[in-house]
Amino acid sequence: MSSEMAPVQQTGSLRQWLQSARPRLIWLAVFLICLGPLASLIWRFETDQLAADPVEDIIRTTGDWAIRFLVAGLLITPLRRLFGWHGLARFRRMIGLYAFFYVALHLTTYLVVDQGLDGQAILHDILKRPYITVGMATVTLLIPLAATSTDAMTRWLGGQRWRALHRLVYLAALLGVVHYYLLVKLNITWPVIYGAILLAGLAWRVREAATKPKPKRRPVRPTAPAG
Amino acid sequence: MLIAKPTDIKPSEITSRSAYLNRRRFLSTAIGAGAIGAGALGAGLATLSGESAMAAPLNFTKTPPLQSDALTPLKDVTTYNNYYEFGTDKSDPAENAGTLKPKPWTVKVDGEVGKPADYALEDFLKPYALEERVYRHRCVEGWSMVIPWVGFPLASLINQVEPTSKAKFIEFTTLADKVQMPGLRLPYLDWPYREGLRLDEAMNPLAILAVGLYGEDLPNQNGAPLRLVVPWKYGFKGAKSIVRIRFTETQPQTAWNVANAHEYGFYSNVNPEVDHPRWSQSRERRIGEFSRRPTLMFNGYGDQVASLYTGMDLRKNY
Repeated sequence: MSSEMAPVQQTGSLRQWLQSARPRLIWLAVFLICLGPLASLIWRFETDQLAADPVEDIIRTTGDWAIRFLVAGLLITPLRRLFGWHGLARFRRMIGLYAFFYVALHLTTYLVVDQGLDGQAILHDILKRPYITVGMATVTLLIPLAATSTDAMTRWLGGQRWRALHRLVYLAALLGVVHYYLLVKLNITWPVIYGAILLAGLAWRVREAATKPKPKRRPVRPTAPAG
Repeated sequence: MLIAKPTDIKPSEITSRSAYLNRRRFLSTAIGAGAIGAGALGAGLATLSGESAMAAPLNFTKTPPLQSDALTPLKDVTTYNNYYEFGTDKSDPAENAGTLKPKPWTVKVDGEVGKPADYALEDFLKPYALEERVYRHRCVEGWSMVIPWVGFPLASLINQVEPTSKAKFIEFTTLADKVQMPGLRLPYLDWPYREGLRLDEAMNPLAILAVGLYGEDLPNQNGAPLRLVVPWKYGFKGAKSIVRIRFTETQPQTAWNVANAHEYGFYSNVNPEVDHPRWSQSRERRIGEFSRRPTLMFNGYGDQVASLYTGMDLRKNY
């Protein structure tokens, strides 16, 4: 960074530097904005503005944001293709990891604060409460995706296998919405909205895959004769 | 937060509060010059000050609480509410219930009853001496509070209006006015909100009609000006802003039962052994505490109410 800062004596260079640093600055801004929900939670906690049941408030808020980031992450590719917003592509990993981050906060609050790490109670919940069962399945599906999010892991897996694995995110997001739907008492507005967005995105994907000629992808040579 | 022995808790809370209330009572006696009904007093103050009577102090005696729980702070009692007529978020009622006009108010008493009538609330309340009852409030969602209600035994009303021999149940109906209640626009429940009790349940001395909490008129979001409180049942049984009390021969329909009979039964007694189909009822979070505490059978009021249900299968009659 400092080597780039060096030629700042002339305004032209400053503009130049800003020009070249712009993508990184925007990336940083998006990164910080995504921390906003957590910052707001901490602020409300510190200033005693959480709801009367603060544990419920934290669980609900982190859960809400987990779903929002999951849905947002899945919308990036359709939006890119439909509207040509290709600049969005470089935020996809960040958004996906933020979804996982808020899922992790959500789960940790449930396990540690709400249940007090009572293993038996938690196991009982997982086995007996469909919304907990589904929630746990969601987290389980997201773990390998977060773990393979680095460039090195992508290379190691190979693009094709990586893509195949990461299609699981649709299932994870749908399970997340089901989890939400199952615990709502009456007002199912938001789970239905998130579900509709996801299904629309999924339908678009399926249609794309069906209608578009396959991108020149080398078919894998079978090592043994087929048939 | 609660710590260890429950007997530690009461003194500071109650003493300061009662000192405060005594002063209040003295003041209101001075203003009201003796035996004035709560409503009339509220109206008087409202006229005097030109404001709403929401914070009018009430005349009441204190009934010693059955348990020594710490009271839930007034702020939590009045900002964390389920009152779907004003929205489905817990914070909605406190934000939106300002449009409710608890005065003037009319209560209809009808059905299988000797003295059916439409009462102005002041007349409706006149025969009864108000008392403070500190009750646990257990929500079906798994949280609980401890609330000092001000009200009178439902049994007093029942005796007053003389139900016929056919009367076996009571139905309570909440106001359903789209102008005052923005939540009615959405069909979450089959409005108006209705709740009901078996007549013998209603006659139990624990069941009260409340007109206040923390020594003052009920805030709108808590069901002003008149609500039902049945502390051994889940909170939703406590119909708010009651406009009609009907005595019936057959079991009345209740709003949550109509919405989802599988999850919300007519009885809805607090029962740690019978789970909600989707979540456990064995533990609850007392507002103000972090970890959950065990839920008690009949919310801890078994000695007073268990006999109402002898011989009944509480799994079937959830």
